[in-house]
Amino acid sequence: MDLRRRRKFINVFALFMSMLAVSFGLFWLFWILIDVFNLGVGALRLSLFTQMTPPPGSEGGLLNAIVGSLIQVGLATLIGTPFGVLAGVYLAEYGGHTWLGRTTLFINDILLSAPSIVVGLFIYAVYVAQVGHFSALAGVFALSLLVIPVVIRTTENMLVLVPDSLREAVFALGTPKWKVITKVTLRASMAGIVTGILLAVARVSGETAPLLFTALSNQFWTLDLNKPMATLPVTIFKFAMSPFADWQRMAWAGVFLITLGVLGLNILARVLFRQKHKQ
Amino acid sequence: MTETKTSDDPAAALTTQITFRGFNFYYGKYHALKNINLDIYRTQVTAFIGPSGCGKSTLLRTMNRMYDLYPDQRAEGELRLDGMDILDKSVDINHLRARVGMVFQKPTPFPMSIHDNIAFGVNLQERLSRSDMDDRVEWALKKAALWDEVKGILNQSGMSLSGGQQQRLCIARGIAVKPEVLLLDEPTSALDPISTMRIEELIAELKEEFTIVIVTHNMQQAARISDYTAYMYLGELVEFGVTDQIFIKPQKKQTEDYITGRFG
Repeated sequence: MDLRRRRKFINVFALFMSMLAVSFGLFWLFWILIDVFNLGVGALRLSLFTQMTPPPGSEGGLLNAIVGSLIQVGLATLIGTPFGVLAGVYLAEYGGHTWLGRTTLFINDILLSAPSIVVGLFIYAVYVAQVGHFSALAGVFALSLLVIPVVIRTTENMLVLVPDSLREAVFALGTPKWKVITKVTLRASMAGIVTGILLAVARVSGETAPLLFTALSNQFWTLDLNKPMATLPVTIFKFAMSPFADWQRMAWAGVFLITLGVLGLNILARVLFRQKHKQ
Repeated sequence: MTETKTSDDPAAALTTQITFRGFNFYYGKYHALKNINLDIYRTQVTAFIGPSGCGKSTLLRTMNRMYDLYPDQRAEGELRLDGMDILDKSVDINHLRARVGMVFQKPTPFPMSIHDNIAFGVNLQERLSRSDMDDRVEWALKKAALWDEVKGILNQSGMSLSGGQQQRLCIARGIAVKPEVLLLDEPTSALDPISTMRIEELIAELKEEFTIVIVTHNMQQAARISDYTAYMYLGELVEFGVTDQIFIKPQKKQTEDYITGRFG
């Protein structure tokens, strides 16, 4: 009886502590979200979406930064996804147990946790310094290097989760290996892989450090990939550090837009993943 | 080969479809099957029985070279399908697997519609028009006694079916490519008694056209559905013969002990 009471007490205590830890985490998260919401919504103007980043003291918007972010993140995803998915397929279906496969996976995990500024400096050294100027293309390269390891990992993880019994059943019909992969195992893990890609997009759309040495920023409108191009995170960084109240206000608006975008992507990822499990 | 062949009369004109001679199998260094000599007869049901780990599933998986997927597994000796050397490196393995189909212990519907589950294997082997394919899908589903339950929902995912239906879908998928041999690896062990009964009835019908080899843990099942039974123990084929004889009057004490439940 005493033992039971003790266990009950320990149970209640552990539950209490974990709930305390959860609320501690959620407290800060919600504080951040509420602050972003309050200051961000207050700073929203229609002009944000129609005008360029202004000099201090004059009217303006974030259009060039928003479009710059969309272009660079979009291109980085377009470059990173095929590399990531193909490498993930190789690791899960072909070379996972070979020396090459294990080494690749290990290095990929290092890349996954590498500080993003290192990636920015790397692209600066191998590309920006060679061509002699900052450019949106350099920013795209840096962001794709951040997308690739995330996509490799999720693709590999999701394919490994496909049970061998399913694989054997496809092979047992006399299916060539490439068809087993494209028609069944990739299809079975599609929702998970798409989720991984969306999370990679969400991650890089908030990256600032890798863009500082690559795409730099640009106060003016440009679609030229060989010129420096503005992005939301770098603009926020620049505006938030400035002493000008109107720049700071616009930084909050930018933060709100990014948060909304990333939140939207995460929700989309969740919905997709849940649909897979409902099947 | 005539219609008169029965399991009571081993002398009836049966033809051999698959032969094992001096066959050995290894998982890495582990010697899993030892000197197997065995004949599988055409359009008969042959059951492999024996305690867990005796090698009956391993033996089954050699006939479509399933072990090829795993680099450390290898086979030695003689294994022939209608005279063709299955173990020969030059054998077109996809063609072999089209001739020797397999259904697994756990139902494994593909992540696609019921129709496409069946059409998948057929598309690998032949080019059919849309209407011919629809006919083939219907034929296979009828053979597998699933047609009446799914004819209105062919576009639904195969994964939405119940376990027993999924297993019949897998059988339909296996026979849709019109193989000569169907390998069944404990096909009912994950199913409820009703589904099990339906699949046993199905096997009785399928043996009209296909050679069937079934691995089962359930001795009553082996006795009910098979014409020939092989009893295996520790990687060796202990006894092989007409099912009724194996169950009523086994030649070896070991077989008798297993069948009567004194061991296993």
